[in-house]
Amino acid sequence: MTPKDAFVEYAPALESRSIVTISPEYGHFINGEFTKGANHFPSINPSNEEVLSHIALGNAQDIDIAVDAARIAFESTWSKMSGKERGKYLYRIARILQERAREFAVLESLDNGKPIRESRDVDVPLAAAHFFYHAGWADKLDYAGMGNSPRPHGVAGQIIPWNFPILMLAWKIAPALAAGNTVVLKPAESTSLTALLFAQVCQQADLPAGVVNIITGDGSTGAALVDHPGIDKIAFTGSTEVGKAIARAIAPTQKKATLELGGKAANIVFEDAAIDEAVEGIVNGIFFNQGHVCCAGSRLLLQEDIADEVLAKLKVRMAKIRVGDPLDKNTDLGAINSSEQLQKIRDLSTSGDEEGAERWSPECALPNTGFWFPPTIFTGVTQAHRIAREEIFGPVLSVLTFRTPQEAIEKANNTPYGLSAGIWSEKGSRILWTAGRLQAGVIWANTFNKFDPASPFGGYKESGWGREGGRHGLTAYLKEAESNNE
Amino acid sequence: MKYYGLVDGTEGSLLNFLKGLPGVDQVGAEARAAMLGTRSIKTSSKKAAIDLAISMVDLTTLEGADTPGKVRALASKAVRPDPSDPTVPSVGAICVYNDMVAIARKHLDLVGGAHVPVAAVATAFPSGRASMAVKIQDTTDAMNAGAGEIDMVIDRGAFLSGRYIEVFDEIVQIRALCGDKAHLKVILETGELVTYDNVRKASFLAMLAGADFIKTSTGKVAPAATAPVVLVMLEAVRDFYQLTNHRIGVKPAGGIRNTKDAIKQLVLVNETAGPEWLTPSLFRIGASALLNDLLMQRMKMRDGYYASPTYVTID
Amino acid sequence: MSERLEVNKTYKLYIGGAFPRSESGRTYEVRDNDGQFIANACLASRKDLKDAVVAARAAQNSWANATAYNRGQILYRIAEMMEGRRDQFAKEISSADGISLEDATDEVLAAIDRWVWYAGWSDKLSVLAGSTNPVSGPYYNFTIPEPMGVVGSITPEEESLLGLVDAIAPIIVSGNTCIVLASSRAPLSAITFAEVMATSDLPHGVCNILTGKKEELAPWFASHMDINGLDISGVSEPSLISDIKTSGAQNLKRIHSFSRGQNPHRILAFMEAKTIWHPIGV
Repeated sequence: MTPKDAFVEYAPALESRSIVTISPEYGHFINGEFTKGANHFPSINPSNEEVLSHIALGNAQDIDIAVDAARIAFESTWSKMSGKERGKYLYRIARILQERAREFAVLESLDNGKPIRESRDVDVPLAAAHFFYHAGWADKLDYAGMGNSPRPHGVAGQIIPWNFPILMLAWKIAPALAAGNTVVLKPAESTSLTALLFAQVCQQADLPAGVVNIITGDGSTGAALVDHPGIDKIAFTGSTEVGKAIARAIAPTQKKATLELGGKAANIVFEDAAIDEAVEGIVNGIFFNQGHVCCAGSRLLLQEDIADEVLAKLKVRMAKIRVGDPLDKNTDLGAINSSEQLQKIRDLSTSGDEEGAERWSPECALPNTGFWFPPTIFTGVTQAHRIAREEIFGPVLSVLTFRTPQEAIEKANNTPYGLSAGIWSEKGSRILWTAGRLQAGVIWANTFNKFDPASPFGGYKESGWGREGGRHGLTAYLKEAESNNE
Repeated sequence: MKYYGLVDGTEGSLLNFLKGLPGVDQVGAEARAAMLGTRSIKTSSKKAAIDLAISMVDLTTLEGADTPGKVRALASKAVRPDPSDPTVPSVGAICVYNDMVAIARKHLDLVGGAHVPVAAVATAFPSGRASMAVKIQDTTDAMNAGAGEIDMVIDRGAFLSGRYIEVFDEIVQIRALCGDKAHLKVILETGELVTYDNVRKASFLAMLAGADFIKTSTGKVAPAATAPVVLVMLEAVRDFYQLTNHRIGVKPAGGIRNTKDAIKQLVLVNETAGPEWLTPSLFRIGASALLNDLLMQRMKMRDGYYASPTYVTID
Repeated sequence: MSERLEVNKTYKLYIGGAFPRSESGRTYEVRDNDGQFIANACLASRKDLKDAVVAARAAQNSWANATAYNRGQILYRIAEMMEGRRDQFAKEISSADGISLEDATDEVLAAIDRWVWYAGWSDKLSVLAGSTNPVSGPYYNFTIPEPMGVVGSITPEEESLLGLVDAIAPIIVSGNTCIVLASSRAPLSAITFAEVMATSDLPHGVCNILTGKKEELAPWFASHMDINGLDISGVSEPSLISDIKTSGAQNLKRIHSFSRGQNPHRILAFMEAKTIWHPIGV
């Protein structure tokens, strides 16, 4: 083998698992302690179907105990504590997350299937940053635009998805605590491990018992949390379907809710785009995190006169995507999170074939065990195709074309979703004109999938209610001061 | 076909072509280069990369204080980088000022390095600020002395003031002098061009005018061969190949001081232009201190423990 | 058993990340509240100030270009270092101000918490001073607050550590760099604070500390053409204030004075507002 051949294949560069200790079984985290839990179900590594641990299935009674603990912690400790002190707890949590960053990244990749490079370079640093950012708000709530001394809601019930487990946990818990609420959080069924490790961080930070409680389980656990009368505020990230169910469930109550739901974002490439960077943005937009991203750029809208050129470059670029072991530092595309999700992706892709779109994937060897799907594009897609309307939540890109900017806007907005969008052009006025007309809560111009705790995130229309991040996101966890005399 | 049939040699045609190139988004290009910098090259791949990198080094000395003794030492090192280990490949070339070429060539031939070319910097390197007559003489002297490669500099002043056709014509003339006796590397001096848009334009300009290699820098100006600059140049040669079926080489020079940097360059090549460029005939690294770091890393991979500078020769 | 002799600290200036003596070679005696000799502090000269301004200017561009998150983290690290030295600070304050160790500790803890408060503003200033503005016309118009450059700060004589926090944190959190003239009566906390900064990740030159006489140095702060702003909260003599403002008018320094208390306006006072217009059109 020539040196060139030996180099080009990149020998395995595995991140070591030894930094992580996984218990064979976990209970819940209530009132500062781990419980035994009951009705355990297996949690597997989706890249090879290895059983990692057993997770407790929380029921209404577990939720009840947790909400009680949160309520007592709120009334006796947390609501009485100064913002300055609350902030210092959040700073501690941020620092410990930074200290244990590698451990969290490895665990996340094992449990979720995402490449270690992403969990190490994106998920975990952003999670720590979220705590850091919100720590600084805890003693500055007078400046949040909610009047002097705004009050927290009380106990927040939070349900997070499986696509960015530790990051979604940070998006939920950090602002809730900064504002003075206590929380009961339910992680996703298939990805509970980093949430349970986070409970250890709360212990290391000496967080008062009951301020953060974690109940693991499935959809029924989440429903029990939503329905519990002791919850003042709900925060949910997940599918639009479940979001609507939650909205209906709380309709007869006083509960407040923010919802981060699905998307079918248009990624618009104009003919004057910086082409190579646009190709990177397209790839990042749909293949980052295996496409398991609510704000993924899943509909590529190409201006017709550059479509051939861009598609040719896109295919060359896609052929360089490395699919494989999530713990290999050189992996770009990891495993699909579950067999259920893999089936959904396959079904929708089949519909693409059946409805006449043209499927293309680069040649890639997929592992024998685990849940895998190659990076895929469909060309010749129109708005009427299911793959242009329904959220696939996988590494599948639907490619459409447009002739004029107006047409791009119409196609981009022609969806019940409204979470995000991308615009590629070297002309500033065109970017601003387009951004002004897109019905999307997050618009990326000449970039994609960028997140920051200071940047509000959330959708229009059926992509949800409210925002997370920034001052906008913080206000969801506060209520207006009753009167100026308080 | 003259100028690959893409321009006709007139200013208008050249301007049209260059202005029609897509822009480069700085943040996007830097992000892509940074992401490629996270590739983890280990074990057998690292071993291979080190040997590949050694074979691509243009071992360089370009100092006012260069003497025949210094150049002879460089030449010996170029042929046998590690006297104690004959499995170490020789480097890609040595690179010297044109008045040292004859000494270099003679000594290389003496020590079994007939296969190692001598690259001469020319055209009033590094500044390029001299008359065309001087630049032509500079080049001719180098070729007569036995240089198999000419590393010329472009006129950055002309480029930055928009006189692209002058830059173009100079390259055409030097290329003609090289004939089929020497290959021509065109140094863009990207640190002075500053923007990636300029780097892209200059890359295409040089290739259209007949460059065999496009080279980032003289090594006398910082920043030199940063990862995003090399990325943009690799994209240019890749796109040029699509247009013309000709592969042009790339040479980063300056600022590549250790094995980690060198391997990052190889990753850029592999994932941008493609593995076809991973050969000394299409990729070189202009460096001096790099070679010893490559040797120390090679020793570590061979022996299993960290090496010391005491065990590599100074040139 | 014989008493152990202490290794006394030499109190030097803090300029460009290093601890030089005054180029003038001068010192002055620092005594505690009972009149006991504590140390010879450096008596900074106008040339030391000049050197500090050079260091602050050299550091300013990259400090301003660091992300707000990065600056916030570095400031938080300074708080970590302060917490580690709280006993040292308390002892120094107690002896200098003649207050009990307990009261001194309270002041130190309050100072650390106030520093943390300022650190948390680094990435929230746009909430206070940034906006998009609804102009009449097809333009995207937005205002961003930016640091102004190099700022001089003259600290008050009382409450040395808390005063020092108010003198430094609000200036540097936004991306300015500063030169601080510490309380001449009780300069030692300032130099200990310099040690805190030297062991955090604060880039050299971002904050420089001089110890010396206000009357001697204030006019040089005021007239230096490469200083963009001045916090003169530590100057109370009306004639000196007036002289400073007159001299500062030469390059229109932004000169401010604040009363006690943590106050985000101390941050905004040393920022500029940049408004950008961009057409919206296809």
